[in-house]
Amino acid sequence: MTVIDPTGAAQREVEQFLYREAQLLDEWRLDEWFELMTEDVSYHVPAPDALTGDPAAVVSLVADNAVWLRSRVAQLMGKAAWAENPRSRTRRLVTNVQLVSQEGEELRVFANFAVYRIRYEIMDIYVGHYEYRLVRREGGLRIRERRAILDLESLRPHGKLSIIL
Amino acid sequence: MPTDPLGLIVDDCERGVFRVNRQVFTDPEIFALERDRIFDRCWLYAGHESELPRPGDFRSRRVGGRPLIMVRGSDGRIRALLNSCRHRGTLVCREPAGNANSFRCFYHAWTYDNRGHLIGVPGEDAYSEAFSRAEFGLMEAPCVDHYRGFYFVNFDPHAEPLADYLAGARAHFDLLDEAALEGLEIVGGSRQYSMRANWKLMMENGFDGYHPSTVHHRYFADFLSRFGVKPPTEVWAGGGAGSPGHEPRPLGNGHAAVLYPLSSARLDVMGKAAESELKARRQALENRLGAERAAVVADGAGLMLVFPSLAIIDGIRTIRTAYPLAPDMVEITAWSIQSKADSAELRAKQLASFQAFQGPGGFATPDDIEALEACQRGFATNREVQWTDVSRGMKRAHPWISDELQIRVFWRKWHDLMTGRRREDYGDRNGAGASSNPQEPSR
Repeated sequence: MTVIDPTGAAQREVEQFLYREAQLLDEWRLDEWFELMTEDVSYHVPAPDALTGDPAAVVSLVADNAVWLRSRVAQLMGKAAWAENPRSRTRRLVTNVQLVSQEGEELRVFANFAVYRIRYEIMDIYVGHYEYRLVRREGGLRIRERRAILDLESLRPHGKLSIIL
Repeated sequence: MPTDPLGLIVDDCERGVFRVNRQVFTDPEIFALERDRIFDRCWLYAGHESELPRPGDFRSRRVGGRPLIMVRGSDGRIRALLNSCRHRGTLVCREPAGNANSFRCFYHAWTYDNRGHLIGVPGEDAYSEAFSRAEFGLMEAPCVDHYRGFYFVNFDPHAEPLADYLAGARAHFDLLDEAALEGLEIVGGSRQYSMRANWKLMMENGFDGYHPSTVHHRYFADFLSRFGVKPPTEVWAGGGAGSPGHEPRPLGNGHAAVLYPLSSARLDVMGKAAESELKARRQALENRLGAERAAVVADGAGLMLVFPSLAIIDGIRTIRTAYPLAPDMVEITAWSIQSKADSAELRAKQLASFQAFQGPGGFATPDDIEALEACQRGFATNREVQWTDVSRGMKRAHPWISDELQIRVFWRKWHDLMTGRRREDYGDRNGAGASSNPQEPSR
């Protein structure tokens, strides 16, 4: 395992990558965002009462493979995802970014998030942390695994998770 | 002036008119009356026995507005203890789940065993002879019973027996349980969410067969199409007619189901991929139950609503409750209930199927919530726009699943409870005119 230098170029590269990713999501450029995924990507949001469970064995809020995530993006960019049409406004604050490890081509990254979703003059805040597995590809970093782990105890009063966290 | 609930529903089977006054979704007085006449009187789903496998296992639940501890005592019995210390009222259990021999209130350390008996009072000698531990155990919900492992509570000490209350809904629990072969279990984790809308909108929508083609267009047109599955457009267009096995069915006492063949309930690719294991299970069911019963158990599916607040969606093996917190806020919990006989592979596929459609992060539920919250916002007009129409298919001899018979059944039970009446038949033939013997509410 490579020793991580928190002031090094890899740390800065990861930070910039996450900020760029958050911007694409906030600007609803979801097709461009999806280009950042590997072909074997997984996107997982565990249920708040089963945070450490395997999505094949316990209930999750989201457990997308690449086909599902591609569909999620297409649905959200289409006209019939009524929960997001008209679109909500979102703002993602991504902080405390830590390059945790670097092994072979894979980088493990931890970051905190607060995602604000505003719609009908109601603001819902989703708070938690990300766990990423990133890989280096031609043209830059790509996302192989993206876990958004909520600190919320339930989706109340939010009610829905209609955006990509 | 209090609202008279009698005039809130217009039910005219002769003319095919069924209207619900929209005050029922907004009025705080009606909401208070619902608490008293519905949620304090009806059997309410509280949990499944598989969630409490060992003595001492407990789950904290909010049911009918009350914090409950569903706990399996050291004697093996499942109880619904009211989670409030007999001393000053503190929650004695503040964990969502776990295993405990006793519950100790942290305020003054009164301690109860897992059967609810008071077993510890610090400085007990300060109390007079009038004080008796035996009288200060944690109180239980007045009635607790189960049907095939599904536990319900009732806060009315004079409630009718659960089995009578469930009426024709019992047969659906039978089917669900028998189809599981080795029993049912609640899968770990749940979906706990809410909706900024009235709870009855959630119940209507839960088995509304008219909305999937519009609200869930994206699920069918984008998601399922990726697996080569076509939307069931003939079913939507033809309802029951020409679609064998599709039928809305009143189940008595205000419960109702929408029935459809399991093949269409498992349309998505997850069901197809699991075909071989499901076939083997079908064979095992035939061996055990005979071909005829096995066909009923294995090939049918349904979406059942047990009045007032429980939905069982057996196509995707979901249990869902919707308990109101305010006229415009409802607390929803959905569990996945699966067969104990599932292989790990089949379980993963069943969960994925549950995942795709159901839940706040799925490809369908967020749009349902959006629709119902949009209704609630629309009700700000209800001084002018007073009535909601629920008459679809009312004059049809054999209603379609995209009609609203099952929703009228819900409303008729709601209306009966709110006005202190009771009828035998909640279907369309016996509408308002036939539901005679109006009585004064007993409370």
